[in-house]
Amino acid sequence: MYQLVAKENLAPNFSILKIEAPEVARKVQPGQFAIIRTDEKGERIPLTITDWDINEGTVTVIFLDVGRTTHKLTQLQAGDSLINFVGPLGMPTEINNFGRVVCAGGCYGIGSILPEVRALKEKGNEVIAIIEARHKSLLYWQNRLEQFSDRVIVTTGDGSYGYKGWAPDQIKEMLEGGVKLDRVFAHGCTFMMMLCSEATKPFGVKTIVSLNPIMVDGTGMCGACRVSINGETKFACVDGPNFDGHEVDWDLLMHRQHSYLDEEKESL
Amino acid sequence: MAEKKKINLSRVPMLKQKAEVRKGNFYQVALGYTEEQAMEEAHRCLQCKKPLCKAGCPVGVDIPEFIKALQDTDMPEAVKILKRKNSLPGICGRVCPQETQCELKCVLAKKEAPIAIGRLERYVADWEQTHLESIEKQNKRVEAKGKKVAIVGSGPAGLTCAAVLIQRGFNVTILEALHTAGGVLIYGIPEFRLPKEIVQNEIDYVKSLGVEIQLDHVIGKIATVDELLENNYDAVFLAPGAGAPMFLNIPGENLSNVYSANEFLTRINLMKAYLFPEYDTPISIGRKVAVIGGGNVAMDASRCALRLGAEEVYIIYRRSKLEMPARAEERENAEEEGIIFKYLTNPTRFFGDEQGKVTTMECIEMKLGEPDDSGRRRPITKPGTEFSIDVDVVIIALGNKPNPIIPSSTKGLELTRRGTIKTDELTGRTSKDRVWCGGDMATGAATVISAMGAGKRAANDIDTFFQK
Repeated sequence: MYQLVAKENLAPNFSILKIEAPEVARKVQPGQFAIIRTDEKGERIPLTITDWDINEGTVTVIFLDVGRTTHKLTQLQAGDSLINFVGPLGMPTEINNFGRVVCAGGCYGIGSILPEVRALKEKGNEVIAIIEARHKSLLYWQNRLEQFSDRVIVTTGDGSYGYKGWAPDQIKEMLEGGVKLDRVFAHGCTFMMMLCSEATKPFGVKTIVSLNPIMVDGTGMCGACRVSINGETKFACVDGPNFDGHEVDWDLLMHRQHSYLDEEKESL
Repeated sequence: MAEKKKINLSRVPMLKQKAEVRKGNFYQVALGYTEEQAMEEAHRCLQCKKPLCKAGCPVGVDIPEFIKALQDTDMPEAVKILKRKNSLPGICGRVCPQETQCELKCVLAKKEAPIAIGRLERYVADWEQTHLESIEKQNKRVEAKGKKVAIVGSGPAGLTCAAVLIQRGFNVTILEALHTAGGVLIYGIPEFRLPKEIVQNEIDYVKSLGVEIQLDHVIGKIATVDELLENNYDAVFLAPGAGAPMFLNIPGENLSNVYSANEFLTRINLMKAYLFPEYDTPISIGRKVAVIGGGNVAMDASRCALRLGAEEVYIIYRRSKLEMPARAEERENAEEEGIIFKYLTNPTRFFGDEQGKVTTMECIEMKLGEPDDSGRRRPITKPGTEFSIDVDVVIIALGNKPNPIIPSSTKGLELTRRGTIKTDELTGRTSKDRVWCGGDMATGAATVISAMGAGKRAANDIDTFFQK
């Protein structure tokens, strides 16, 4: 059993869990994920690791209450436990001194991009964080990102805070305005990561996206997370989850993510 | 003059659930011998002076001896003899391919029918489960060696290695990636062929000997093999299984509802997706299911699909019945249950609907050419014979290739051309000091019993290694 040391609601439907997992905390690197299971009847779902504390022996994940398991997670409180917490899984994100980088986050990705922001800054990059939400009430962690980046740009779909629009619009605007970007990282819903990749493609700026297909074991054993990268089938759990966004077959990814939509709806 | 004992040449049949009934449930297909049946079968054994059966067993079970104990109705003795060489008899009695091993060698095989060794093994193992208290604890206290061994994976190779080493005084920890111990015995082989309770009993037995099992530990991630050796352990036995499913690499293979057999079986056996929504893991079944491949895993997947309510289930195999690698018994079971076998057929592409779900499979007819490296006749396509089958679900059961996590994270571990870990067959030693390997990761896909044999040989060699 893995105890929840803390649980907090960050914004409507967004929660953060701090889990006691000292061995994982010691090994995790930016871009990796964990597989969690809530209880004996639970499914295995992947969540990107958002933060960790080696001294405290804890690992943090952020999630959006969107399906059966995340709904169960939302009900948990500090002191409760998860029956399984497996990690760190997947390949870490490549962190180097690229120059000027953008880290774009939407949805749970506002939180899950933090390890990249921090590591890229430590490597000496100029780090611009761009975060997006439909409405200002769905934003969180602006302060934390400011702490580790050179600049945070906030966008809201309805214009209730910051720039009106979305993260990919800001990336496009920068590139069209002649700002040189050396690499872009995007975390969030699939549609948002696709738009970020589309924004950078005409300018040839390499864009690393953190894919989130359905997984079961998360160790390369089942192939549920097959994605097509530059026409080649890869397993997001062991080959990824970070891939070049210009090479991802986005339609396939979205279709596969929706494989069980009918079953999910029926059960809720 | 005493009358010469007449040899009974026909083996006692084992009752099975009727096909029409069993295809609607997950209970065991073969029901096991009753006491009378077991005794009758045991008494057919000739107790050969030079038993050939033993040589056919990858772990060298003392077959005539345990059957003798059966003949003498000394059940505790039969259990003891079996367990001397095989810590998982309840499993082997069910899933070993006895017809190509011990039973093939039995002298009666040449006459008419060999002794049903597997059925007797199963009978003895099952007897033990209901009479546990009447058996003396075999685990006599051995002197602790003061050496710690990490075993990566709790499948048949890992469990066997653990059971041997702990009984030789080693301190043993199994590190398992999944949330339940048992490896392929749990996630792969379905309930109707190997009840999970039996597997759990065997795991409990290994634990009762003092083996510690740590779940949720993906070695290569939470700790590397090098870290295990540096920090805590004197030796490491790698038995992670094969673990990366192979696909056909044809168009449309990534459509939704195209599964690897690993995924399909894991959702059912490990995650209990057949109980959705009581359990959280979903699965698609649909009306028409096609399983690609001809091994035991293909049989398991097809029969699971049938039990989950599919109306038509096809096995699509590119060679003929003769070359099919599945056990004859399992193929016959599948045929009886109504699985439709399409031999000399190979898929060429899949088509889907606007939601990206598979709807149609295009196949081509094959013919057999000259034998290939495997000794089986090579399948060749017959141009112009393409045809289509409507499908809702496709399950690809083509076997596995080695999982990359351990090879890519371990320094100085030599691999074979196929990507398996280079391993000495007799000792299980790898190219890396204090690291042994066994099971599918060393040999490529094979049987439960051969993995157990490898686990045992590695345990013996580890023991020898530390006696120096």
